[in-house]
Amino acid sequence: MTDIQSPQSIELLTFQLADQEYSLDIMSVREIRGWTRATPLPHAPKFMKGVINLRGTVLPVMDLAQRLGLAAREQNDRNVIIVVKHEETMTGLLVDAVSDIIALTSDDLQPPPELSSGTANGVVNALTLIDDRMIRVLDLAATINDTESVAA
Amino acid sequence: MTVDNDPMAEIRASFFIESEELLEALQDGLQLMEDGAADNETINVVFRAVHSIKGGAGAFGLEGLVHFAHRYETVLDEVRAGRLQVEAEALKVFFQAADHLSDLVRISRDNEPLPDEETEVLLTALDAFLGDASPAASAVEEVIDFQPMGVSLDLGLAAEGDGGLPDLDALPPLDFGAAPRVYEITFTPQADLFDTGNEPATLLRNLQQLGKAKVVCDSSRLPPIDQLRPDVPHLSWTVTLETDVEESEIASIFEFVEGLCQLDIKRQGDRDSAELPPLPDLPPLDTASAKVEETAPTAPIEAAPAPLPTQTEPGPTAAAPAPPPQGAPTAAKSVVRVDLDRIERLVNLVGELVINQAMLSQSLEHSGLSPHSDAMSGLEEFQRLTRDIQDSVMMIRAQPVKSLFQRMSRIVREASAAVEKDVRLVTTGEATEVDKTVIERLADPLTHMIRNAVDHGLESKEARLAAGKPAQGKVNLSAAHRSGRVVIEIADDGAGIDRPKVLQLAIDKGLIPPDSSLSDSEIDNLLFLPGFSTADKVSNLSGRGVGMDVVRTSIQALGGRITTTSLPGQGTTFSISLPLTLAVLDGMVIEVAEETLVLPLNLVIETLTLQSGDVEMVRPGRNVVRVRSGFVPLFDLGAALGYRPPLDDFEGSVVLLIANEDETNAALLIDNILDQRQVVIKGLDESFYRAPGIAAATILGDGQIALILDSSDIISTAIPKPGLPQTGTDAGVPA
Repeated sequence: MTDIQSPQSIELLTFQLADQEYSLDIMSVREIRGWTRATPLPHAPKFMKGVINLRGTVLPVMDLAQRLGLAAREQNDRNVIIVVKHEETMTGLLVDAVSDIIALTSDDLQPPPELSSGTANGVVNALTLIDDRMIRVLDLAATINDTESVAA
Repeated sequence: MTVDNDPMAEIRASFFIESEELLEALQDGLQLMEDGAADNETINVVFRAVHSIKGGAGAFGLEGLVHFAHRYETVLDEVRAGRLQVEAEALKVFFQAADHLSDLVRISRDNEPLPDEETEVLLTALDAFLGDASPAASAVEEVIDFQPMGVSLDLGLAAEGDGGLPDLDALPPLDFGAAPRVYEITFTPQADLFDTGNEPATLLRNLQQLGKAKVVCDSSRLPPIDQLRPDVPHLSWTVTLETDVEESEIASIFEFVEGLCQLDIKRQGDRDSAELPPLPDLPPLDTASAKVEETAPTAPIEAAPAPLPTQTEPGPTAAAPAPPPQGAPTAAKSVVRVDLDRIERLVNLVGELVINQAMLSQSLEHSGLSPHSDAMSGLEEFQRLTRDIQDSVMMIRAQPVKSLFQRMSRIVREASAAVEKDVRLVTTGEATEVDKTVIERLADPLTHMIRNAVDHGLESKEARLAAGKPAQGKVNLSAAHRSGRVVIEIADDGAGIDRPKVLQLAIDKGLIPPDSSLSDSEIDNLLFLPGFSTADKVSNLSGRGVGMDVVRTSIQALGGRITTTSLPGQGTTFSISLPLTLAVLDGMVIEVAEETLVLPLNLVIETLTLQSGDVEMVRPGRNVVRVRSGFVPLFDLGAALGYRPPLDDFEGSVVLLIANEDETNAALLIDNILDQRQVVIKGLDESFYRAPGIAAATILGDGQIALILDSSDIISTAIPKPGLPQTGTDAGVPA
């Protein structure tokens, strides 16, 4: 262990996606909204739910489960849209339910083991254990930007 | 030079913004001089514009700019002093110098290399107007702080040689060798003196350096301490200055507070000067020796424009085209500079307000309240206010087209010089206001059209004279508001479109079949075809074949239309019609496969409800609609957007007949027309998905987002792609 980099404290917002737990750095989260019907965009890839009205701006919404290639599930009242900001763009991520906010240090994160393939691999950049549950930490930039590969 | 967080950077930036305004005033003034409508004040304005740019440039060490502005100013000063008559030739050079000055300002701003050669050519041309007076006059400024006495002598001699013009600048040398003069200077700062960072104590100290000064402070205007405003000057001073310098030098100390104070420089009785043998024009000055300065025509202080604008910002009605009154190009308006981002934010917030208000109205209407209840009448008022606020906010972004037109007058000057034609640009309606973005994006197409008018539109001098027209060609550039749109017209008085030649060219280039028989307006429209150029020879100016089609595309991108009319022998007029703003759109709200969409209303020519037998199949998946005697291709919008499989029973459906950019028509099959209303345009973030056929989005009264269609995109993507549902090969929703 070197002391060059002291462990940084980070806070993660955890949420459910197809019975799995994922999380995002809370600093990139702008707000959480209840599900409203999105206006579909013509010929959009499946994970693009469409656009919604976020207080006067047009917010694109992604179905995160479909984006990560997880099983489609029923829509229900607990579905929420997490509004995230990456660089200058705002995006809505549709998730099953928001669970918790957890505080930990960067020491608690461990890199995911190399998996053979799968779309979710590139977008999960760390794993952590909370109360014996594994939580995946999403790489927001990869989630939002690398849409070409999934859109095909 | 461009270090971040440089405190000077901001001041520097504001210098360049101010320079833009000054250059505009300069152009205006020169224009007035050209029109023969100039008075003394006009010349003063022109002079001051150059002078202020020089002053600012000096402060930032922009040597090249200072150098040029200084020599330009010297010539203008000669004009101002009445020593130089402005002829057409001089004006031409003045205009060129103004253009060059604006180039230099831009170059200095961008830290680009200076075009020294060009500068020298113009300076030589400018100096040519100075004649004999030039060495003295330019020497004056160069050495002014070096040897004032010697300089005054030079000036004096020059003035005497001129025959004793009644110029006070020339007078003081008569006192050469006289005892030190005594001036009484009263200096009363105005309320806004401190705002510009000026400090009276510094000015007084500078005065003291000129000679023996006795300063008396007048504190009579000082309010009681509890009403004292520290940011407003309350004192005034009377300085009795015994000195041997010129009055102009005293005035120069106050140069930077010009217009921010009341300044009165009086020379106390000087017997020496009174006893001098008077020049023919002198007597009135002798008798008025105590008050000489009040009549001084060249005293810079007197020439200052009213610094405290009393005129308030005109309301939205000012958008009506009103050519600025003659001789009042500098009428100061009270203006505030605002960061564009803040305005954008305000526009967005108001957009939200409008949407919110619509949502509120909708829910109140559904709540079963009586239309006469307080809530409903209050809502009506709220609706009206919202609309007013929206209009006012949109007006903030509106700017007069004047700056754009001024740029065009430069284009005309340069273009006419390049093709050796004598062309005069006449502009009207410069006060017409248009959205800032529209103005910015109009510059290129307009430049192109103006060049075309000069190069192709107008005939050569010989041809004009032969046709019995004046040798000087005329290009009219006008702007006006017409039924909620802005119409900009470019009209030349040239030969008109040579239709047989245009037709032949289009056939030669294979743009149309050889046996086409076209109407006049159809031939005129050929000009807008890509790859069309009528110039016999390709000149430097235009005629590279990237002409009017590009112009038309950029006008259409602004939601505008361009049309042309032409009369043989009398000229050609291009008319551009633009929306007032890019933020709102008149839309038709339609329903397709349970989705609500908006189509720009200006595209819709006609609406029809289909009867059985109206639709004919050409081949599977390709249908046409019979409209009177013609057939129009039918596009099933719901299928084209992938919302549903193509319909096979069209009866009862609604069809919108829309105009394509290439003047053909297309029919869009939709389910229903819901409404017709103004919608606020919201940009779509296309960073990770660009939807085909969709131009933008808007928010409807129920808070839902509706997409705004880009019909030409739908049609162009619908035709060539065999994978789309129209072809009937794939009935499902495309992947």
